[in-house]
Amino acid sequence: MSADTNARPAASATPPAGIEAATPSPRTSGPLTTSIRAPRERRRRSTPRLLVTALVLTLVAIGATFLLDPYRNYQFALIAATFCATAGLTLLIGLTGQLSLGHAALMAAGGYGYALTANALTDAGVDGVPRFVVSLAAAAAASALLGLLLGLAAARLKGPYLSGVTLVLVIALPAFTSVFSGVFRGDQGVQIAYDGVPEVLRRIIAVEQWQAWVAILVAAVFVTWLAALRNGRAGLRMRAVRDDETAARLQGVRAGRVKVLAFTASSVTAGAGGAVLCFVTQSVSPGAYTLAFSLLLLVAVVIGGLGSLLGAFLGSIVIVMLPWLIQTATGALDLSADAAQRLTGNLPVLVFGVLLIVVTAAWPGGIRATLPKRLFSKRMPRAAAAPAAGPDAAVAADSDLEPRTDSAAEPIPTTTER
Amino acid sequence: MSHAPTRSAPRRTVAAVSAASALLLAMSACSTPSGGGDPAEAAPGVTDDTVTIGTHQPLTGPAAAGYSSISAATTAYFAYLNENGGVNGREIEYLVKDDGYNPANTQTVVRELVQDDEVFAILNGLGTPTHTAVLDYLNQNEVPDLFVASGSTSWNQPEEYPWTFGFNADYVTEAEALAQYADDEFAGQSVCMLGQDDDFGDEFLEGLENVLGEGSLASVQRYSVSNQDVVAQIGAMQAAGCEVNMLATVNGFTALAIGTAAKLGYQAQWMSSSSGGDYVTLAGFLGEAAPLLLEGFVTTNYLPYAPGNEWDDLFRQINDDYNDGAPFDGNTVFGMSVGYLFAEALAKAGDNPTRQGIVDAIASGDLVGNGLVPLAFGSDSHSAYKGVSITTVTAGVQDFIGVTYVSDGDGGVEPYDGDAVPLENDGVPTS
Amino acid sequence: MDRLLFLLATGLARGAIFALFALALVLIWRAARVVNFAQGAMAVVAVYVAFAVTGLTGSYWIGLASALVAGGLMGLVVERGVMRFASHASPLSGVIIAIGVVMVLQSALGIAFGSNTRPMEAPFSESPIVIGGVPVLSPYDLFVLILAVGLMGVLALLFTRTSLGLQLRASAFAPEVSRLLGVRVTRMVTAGWVLASAVGALAALLLVPTELGLNPHSADMLFVSAFTVAVVGGLDSPPGALIGGLAVGVLISLVTGYLGATVAPIAVLVLLVAVLLVRPGGLFATTEARTA
Repeated sequence: MSADTNARPAASATPPAGIEAATPSPRTSGPLTTSIRAPRERRRRSTPRLLVTALVLTLVAIGATFLLDPYRNYQFALIAATFCATAGLTLLIGLTGQLSLGHAALMAAGGYGYALTANALTDAGVDGVPRFVVSLAAAAAASALLGLLLGLAAARLKGPYLSGVTLVLVIALPAFTSVFSGVFRGDQGVQIAYDGVPEVLRRIIAVEQWQAWVAILVAAVFVTWLAALRNGRAGLRMRAVRDDETAARLQGVRAGRVKVLAFTASSVTAGAGGAVLCFVTQSVSPGAYTLAFSLLLLVAVVIGGLGSLLGAFLGSIVIVMLPWLIQTATGALDLSADAAQRLTGNLPVLVFGVLLIVVTAAWPGGIRATLPKRLFSKRMPRAAAAPAAGPDAAVAADSDLEPRTDSAAEPIPTTTER
Repeated sequence: MSHAPTRSAPRRTVAAVSAASALLLAMSACSTPSGGGDPAEAAPGVTDDTVTIGTHQPLTGPAAAGYSSISAATTAYFAYLNENGGVNGREIEYLVKDDGYNPANTQTVVRELVQDDEVFAILNGLGTPTHTAVLDYLNQNEVPDLFVASGSTSWNQPEEYPWTFGFNADYVTEAEALAQYADDEFAGQSVCMLGQDDDFGDEFLEGLENVLGEGSLASVQRYSVSNQDVVAQIGAMQAAGCEVNMLATVNGFTALAIGTAAKLGYQAQWMSSSSGGDYVTLAGFLGEAAPLLLEGFVTTNYLPYAPGNEWDDLFRQINDDYNDGAPFDGNTVFGMSVGYLFAEALAKAGDNPTRQGIVDAIASGDLVGNGLVPLAFGSDSHSAYKGVSITTVTAGVQDFIGVTYVSDGDGGVEPYDGDAVPLENDGVPTS
Repeated sequence: MDRLLFLLATGLARGAIFALFALALVLIWRAARVVNFAQGAMAVVAVYVAFAVTGLTGSYWIGLASALVAGGLMGLVVERGVMRFASHASPLSGVIIAIGVVMVLQSALGIAFGSNTRPMEAPFSESPIVIGGVPVLSPYDLFVLILAVGLMGVLALLFTRTSLGLQLRASAFAPEVSRLLGVRVTRMVTAGWVLASAVGALAALLLVPTELGLNPHSADMLFVSAFTVAVVGGLDSPPGALIGGLAVGVLISLVTGYLGATVAPIAVLVLLVAVLLVRPGGLFATTEARTA
């Protein structure tokens, strides 16, 4: 990865350069320290733009729910919830190089936080919006706490050790819920009271659509927050640490703190995703957050393109819709019950595994890399063709502080953010 | 050389909106918005010649042993029924979806069945933890949730869940019966329990304590389905000197418990819930040592699973003709009995069945079923069987011993000597 | 008290299996500087092969031999076919590709054989031998111990006393120099993978009969435990793998026996985190590099 910076020494010499300038190269001198800090004007300009784009896309998404039937809306809600988690994960892996295989456990923390708080509030007689907001906050807090602990441990660990610890964590999740089954109710999980459509809207929309709205709103809030984080100073520091930790440390970047921050931030959004899942399905159980699901999250971010929010969104669509597509396809074939069942259970995983290998080995930028780097530039025709339907598609494009629009491709196919 | 991009916000926003709209139009092209339906009028899943129903079953996973054959048996019965004219001229189509005994999967497949496949009703959803996850959803959406394959008392709440009806004799009653039997036959011996760590185990414990007294069990152990090692639990029971062991376990774990005890050299009298008591299934796990290990094994049953019984004969015939000669065991009888009961309810619902109609038909209490004890459905009871009969394994054969108990409605059971329900019309219900 | 002896003995036997599997991980780490997250899945494929072969021939021993062969073959296929495409600049890509391999293998097994658990018979009795009224060790556990320790001894001899072992070690530690000296480094790396995978396959084969049965996910917990062992012992250190394996095996056995099997994964997690917090490189690790 350090070869990237060496390839563009000229660019990194000048101050308000793009993001690559922030990665220090020993050969340049002068305003290295100042280049770590993003130019004030850029930061101030991009945040309002970010908010506006996020708002517009959210409204578009909500409008879309009117066109979809209940089951599609349910799937849309699942996609939004998954997007919360994959957005955090893609930034974690792409920006700081920490490969977490156990993000499902962080979602579970959020889910259980939400469920237990909601039940406590229901017993206390609270319901409706206050209950939802407080429970969501509790979910985010729970997963933030777990993420903080994990991040503190992880900051000291290198690559495979970190992955191994997160792997063990997600495998141990059912053990936690069984051992503390007084609170977590073991494999059965925790059920929460049904949150129907509010009175005001009951004549207009069905419950699945309402749930999709809630999911979209939560995703919009949390992912926009992530994007803002990434655009700002924290994002720069993360990239610095990822590319060359020693050099970053020499520049005064506290590598450990940056990694912990990244981990905690991604945990918060994962927890929000788990809370939304709990809201949509009215239950949370260890079976919903298995190792297999955790690996699916990884598949989503790799396929979409590490480090890219748009990629995370596209990846989320793939992991929710592809199994359903395969199931419909095998249902159309006339197979024996046994064969059909073997296929529907395993074929999606097989496809995902192959995609994971192929994308990582041959195509490391994922789907995002195949889209034009600048989704929305002066050259309009390309923009119109780009399927940028996520709430943060334009955000991702805008915030990709690419140094150049037409340069040669990144020389080394590593996990660089696009 | 990088440069600050000079883009305009409105243009980009327009681009984003137009691109997004294009995608969404594409998405909506493959979906059809549907409004809700008034349960009394439009009957989803019902056409002029078919009725489509669905179920969620553990076809794979740790609890699949034994249970995976239930839906095949039900399907076989429906095939027999369809060939004999169906119900009121309609054939029954049965969609079976696998949830792997994982409540998260149950959520998804039940939603698929209700929203995507638009089934008329959910029949025989299996599992306490799994079905608990969809109880609210089905009742909120006013989908008939019939004959749940689990003994939890959650299905018998007519006020809160009017669309849900149980099938299994509930775990409380079953445990009360076993406790009473233990009290009658093995008085004075210390009794212990190994139960699943959810409502299944909780309610079983409740039933045992109703009859034997609170705190009377020498040792209460719990297990989790996700962890297939019960050495600690069995060891603890052995250390506590337990002589009569009550098992609230699924088939795989009944076998595991008994097998582990054998390895530890621990002898005891084993009694199990009907959910985990099928001899044929257990023998499949324990192998050649099965007849020895399971000698004297006690469990319960409320369905006519006994050679020579006319229902048993009919079901064996159907199994041979329509079920590819699959092994015939208690699960086969279970599956077919469920199918029969549904057909009876559908027949009672009339020529134009509606969701409300079938629910009313069941709650009316007119259904007869095919059990060893009478059905207990009524407007204030959504429970099917309130009694069980005791079975024992002798020399590798599991059979009834002629002792039957029914709930006395007061936290206990009393002996029952009424007749079982006789076979009528070759198992094809008429309205 | 009776149980203690039984649990200790079972723990040693289980620990020997963990040590073997951890040794496989250590071998690959030393050869290729990558933690093979796919080790478990590869081993399970070999066990399925053994299961099928034993079913066909009726002999456990032929099945065992075929498991070794299949394991070695899996190592060859995965290394030559997939892992060499992993980018060396980024350690992440190796892990991600390994995860992909796991998904492919487990789902392929599920499609081919179905996901239901198939009970596997052990070649010896699994009931403990009772000495003086106290259950001690089952014949099968004894067999496992002997085989595992014996194999580790053979491997130690191979690495320290033979020319092949020397070449393997040289290729791992100093590939450039070894090349200059005429060692076929790529071939040695592949050989390391083949050897490691065969060892891992044997470990899994020894483990499965003691569980409920064989299914595509049988080795997940084995990988996790062995990874913990490798970390505790240090990814660089074969003797560390042995000691760590026995220690972890006994720990898990005691925890399972007294606190219940549900607590075991938590115990593993706690141990892993504790060791890594104290010594981020593992207990017996040599320091690789100093960071600021």
